[in-house]
Amino acid sequence: MARRKLTLIFIGVFCLIMVAPFILGAGKAHSAPELDLNTPEIAALDVKECIEPVEYMRSSHMTLLDEWRNDVVREGKTDYVSSSGQVYEMSLDDTCLSCHSNPDAFCESCHAYSNVELYCWECHGLTDDGVVGKG
Amino acid sequence: MERRDFIKAGLVACAAGLVPLTGCASGGEAPSAAQGASGKRWALVVDERKLNRAGVLDRIIEACHKAHNVPAIEGEKTAVKWIWPESFEHAFPDIASTYVSEGVEEMEFPMLCNHCEEPPCVRVCPTKATFKRPDGIVSMDYHRCIGCRFCMGACPYGARSLNFDDPRLHLAEIDPAYPTRVRGVVEKCMLCSERIDKGMPPLCAELSQGAILFGDLNDPDSDVRRALAKGFSIRRRVELGTGPSVYYIVEGGEQRA
Repeated sequence: MARRKLTLIFIGVFCLIMVAPFILGAGKAHSAPELDLNTPEIAALDVKECIEPVEYMRSSHMTLLDEWRNDVVREGKTDYVSSSGQVYEMSLDDTCLSCHSNPDAFCESCHAYSNVELYCWECHGLTDDGVVGKG
Repeated sequence: MERRDFIKAGLVACAAGLVPLTGCASGGEAPSAAQGASGKRWALVVDERKLNRAGVLDRIIEACHKAHNVPAIEGEKTAVKWIWPESFEHAFPDIASTYVSEGVEEMEFPMLCNHCEEPPCVRVCPTKATFKRPDGIVSMDYHRCIGCRFCMGACPYGARSLNFDDPRLHLAEIDPAYPTRVRGVVEKCMLCSERIDKGMPPLCAELSQGAILFGDLNDPDSDVRRALAKGFSIRRRVELGTGPSVYYIVEGGEQRA
């Protein structure tokens, strides 16, 4: 009998511990990260659009950057033709960061939220305005 | 089973096993190393007499290291260098003579990656961080380098350096046009591939006042081939079969009677 009681207490405590995070975190939902597009370069643009549609950039910018890296480093290519037919230089520093000159706010906000560590700035992040990013 | 039957069955099984293996022997024919896919083979030809007379080597080295954010680190083992001067004796120990002329003894030879036809560094790299481009340039993908230093051991020219420290700490100023590297990554001269891709010659050739020629070895009418046809040229450690692409023209104006 005593043993049965102990088992029930154990199950109760176990369940309590397991659901504790949900109870404690209820109502405290993290808001989605907000992208900071507030740079002088973007403000100066007539048409505020990235090199590809926003949905594509959101979901696949990492694939794009990976392709750029292989094209530039291994194939010696420099030009990227976007889906709209525009030609851009394949360069993180000269193309991406020329508009997104605030990587600490723009890139990091999402990557910190999704716990993905960015170390691009250890080598890159060199724009004409100097070193951007956390270096 | 009898012994005889067992051996027979074994032989049949061996023969059957060999058939699928024959397909492995010769895969697709790889394009010849000398005749890259692009048909080009970039090379440098250093006219030693012109270079030493112009006295621009120090300035070239400084400009190269500045443009590529090569950190200035002291120490024989920890120094990072893409291009550096060397005496004849040290540049060509295999052919150095005991009694060289004063002129040769004082000559400075620019040392850099030889962008070999058969680069041993590419062979040993476990991550394919170092690779040979179709145009003959031995290049590096720094993202892939794990700093194992196999390439440094394999390179007979000492053209590779490891970043033992964060290179940004050893840069007086950073040129934003070229990325820096990180600690634990090997680096070397890339023959200014970023300039070549934009149709410009390597920086050393541009600043040499005509003493360092850049061109395509596969083109008989190129500057480099014409210069090689005219004078006497040497390369470093050719006996190893690496096929270096950096040629040095030394005193070679002798006329045949």
